[in-house]
Amino acid sequence: MITETLSSPGIESRYFMFRAFLKWGALATLVGMSLYLILALYAQREFVFAMLFLVLTASAVMVFFNRKLYAHRYIFPAIAGMGLFVIFPLMYTIGIGFTNYSASNLLSFGQVQENLLSRTYQSEAVRYDYELFKTNAGYIVHLKGKHQNLTSAPMELEAGETTAPVLPLSGQPRGEALGIRDIIQLRELLAQVTLITEDGRELSRASLRSFAAIHPQFSQHDNGSLTDNQSGTTYFPDHETGFYRSADGETLSPGWTVNIGWDNYLKVVSDPTIRGPFFQIFVWTLSFAVATVIFTLALGLLLANLLQWDQIRGKGFYRTMLILPYAVPAFISILVFKGLFNQNFGEINLVLEGLFGLRPDWFSDPALARTMILTVNTWLGYPYMMLLCMGLLQAIPRDLYEASAMDGAGPISNLFNITLPLIIKPLMPLLIASFAFNFNNFVLIALLTGGAPDIIGASTPAGTTDLLVSYTYRIAFQDSGQNFGLAAAIATAIFLVVGALSLVNLKLSKIKV
Amino acid sequence: MAMVQPRSTKYRVLASHLGMLAFIAIVLFPLLMVISISFRSGNFASGSLLPENPSLEHWYLALGLPYTGEDGITTQPPFPVLLWLWNSIKVAVVSSVLILALSTTSAYAFARMRFAGKGAVLKSMLIFQMFPPVLSLVALYALFDQIGNHVSWLGLNTHGAVIVASLGGMALHIWTIKGYFDSIDRSLEEAAIVDGATTWQAFRYILLPLSVPILVVVFILAFIMTIMEYPMASVLLVDTDKLTLAVGAQQYLYEQNYLWGDFAAAAVLSGLPITIIFLYCQKWIVGGLTAGGVKG
Repeated sequence: MITETLSSPGIESRYFMFRAFLKWGALATLVGMSLYLILALYAQREFVFAMLFLVLTASAVMVFFNRKLYAHRYIFPAIAGMGLFVIFPLMYTIGIGFTNYSASNLLSFGQVQENLLSRTYQSEAVRYDYELFKTNAGYIVHLKGKHQNLTSAPMELEAGETTAPVLPLSGQPRGEALGIRDIIQLRELLAQVTLITEDGRELSRASLRSFAAIHPQFSQHDNGSLTDNQSGTTYFPDHETGFYRSADGETLSPGWTVNIGWDNYLKVVSDPTIRGPFFQIFVWTLSFAVATVIFTLALGLLLANLLQWDQIRGKGFYRTMLILPYAVPAFISILVFKGLFNQNFGEINLVLEGLFGLRPDWFSDPALARTMILTVNTWLGYPYMMLLCMGLLQAIPRDLYEASAMDGAGPISNLFNITLPLIIKPLMPLLIASFAFNFNNFVLIALLTGGAPDIIGASTPAGTTDLLVSYTYRIAFQDSGQNFGLAAAIATAIFLVVGALSLVNLKLSKIKV
Repeated sequence: MAMVQPRSTKYRVLASHLGMLAFIAIVLFPLLMVISISFRSGNFASGSLLPENPSLEHWYLALGLPYTGEDGITTQPPFPVLLWLWNSIKVAVVSSVLILALSTTSAYAFARMRFAGKGAVLKSMLIFQMFPPVLSLVALYALFDQIGNHVSWLGLNTHGAVIVASLGGMALHIWTIKGYFDSIDRSLEEAAIVDGATTWQAFRYILLPLSVPILVVVFILAFIMTIMEYPMASVLLVDTDKLTLAVGAQQYLYEQNYLWGDFAAAAVLSGLPITIIFLYCQKWIVGGLTAGGVKG
């Protein structure tokens, strides 16, 4: 459009005008969209998220309008992606760790107030039996009171009409009175009907044969307390626990999310039903990660040494076969092992039974389940170590081995006196990375055992094969209480471990940028 | 060839061959077993590695076709495996393209430009890369819940959310590509800029064509990583017909509904292409994993 209004410039400048138009247009659309999102979030009182997108949009505008920040335009999308999906969730999780955010305290205070104030109850005192009449214009509800009868305007129930005014009427309404059978057929439609009297009171169906007045369940006072109109009890908002609470300690649900300080962390240390499982899982997580690194390294180094040996032929074949476990998608091979280890139908138990008459229950005995997990993880992980070691072994000068052979050294002393000392330094950062990866090896546990068998006496779901990550996942997403706060507190503890590991790693690998 | 050889060498070579073959047999046992199981009839059948009377029952079901057995009973496919595979591929292709585009441009800036905070950003990217997303799932869930209230195609239970969430894992790829760019002589681009090319043109028309191999590797790496992503997809996706393969596959092996044979066929069907791609590209992938990520 714009190019046509220009006074015949050359094709090239037309092209650049078009490019510029496209660029600024796209940017303006993006900014407009995010402003809409920010306003919508702000209106819903989601201040954290509104702030997040505000910061993101503001930095985008700054980077793309300021010529001095030209280089930053190239890195902005990637950095924004990491900020939005790695760093923000990380900080938000740490924040949740200090709240009681859970299935029972999911909403904000305002949403809880709104929810409670919109509740209604049906009066016992103002109650009418009713009859239903069918006319050409629709159905008429005829309410029979002690003092007067009320009749509604005709409603097309089938067409979705649900409200109608009611007026006093002394005689019988027009139309054909319906029997109980028809009323039962129409009961779902009738349940949605609201009748409004002349003085503005609302009536709704109370039972199959009666209508009753609707009252708001709670009324709010100036000091923020709510009184239950039905029972007369008064509830005060308790911002320590996030519940409306009455004088005798009764609480209303739902509750809202409040800051509870270090309570989640204290719970992990002091509550025996959480402390016990937590420390058991912590110890298992550490031993699992250490054992995995040792096993995979030992196996990988051994195989790499063999493949590196120039007397061995057919290296290409061996290499391809040996890295196969690495090439098969992990989620498939883990599930394959889950099936193979199955106690009743699994092929591994069939073989064991045929050979030794054994039928171990891999999934219900903690020691066996852990053995199985380590076996599977070694199978999954040794090819990576083997590939790493093969690369590092190539860098070792061959004449070192020749010299040691002249001195009559065997393979074992070669390994400990030449190979290991030379590769351990470049290998260390990779081993730490592998440790950190396995410390958080969620997929393996989630797909293989799901944490089973369970730890007895734990108040949250906790299993003897759970790692800390799968433990937090289960607290947050599989428990009925969905205690996000507690899960986030444990996740924060894991963040510290991972952060420390990656700092050490950065130091060791001496990265130059 | 070493000049000095101990006498026992011959036996040690033989022992190594035998040892490795035995080890390979153990390692391959689960994979061969699954292929064999996929041809057995029924979900609880046992038998030898070579099925005595092979049946294509599970393969029909895995391919989404109803199967009529000899007894005349027709079985419907239990899960839409091909749909899951398609979902996985769709999500993986879109997010790999996005990851490739964004990490290439970032890597270019990191490799060629000078700007404030470059070293700090690169280092902190490496640190944050080590935090697994599974730990901040609660926050990611809340984030997409909020976004979804206003932008429906990015909310919970959409593929858009899974694609966008995968953009968080770009640091590794940026490092890989940056390592490659660092190894390319920059004099060509400098010559082009002297001749009047803009920075963008030097990047687009000179550096990019020279870097096609590493871009292919990063694309494949990103593709495989997204296909295998489990934790985020398992929380973000709910409906059966929206699931990716990594999330859906486990439904075959529930205690109450144990479909071992059907799983085997589905696993072979979906795992084989990925395995072949990986084996074909292993040289570059391994190079990328070890060089880019860690050595810097």
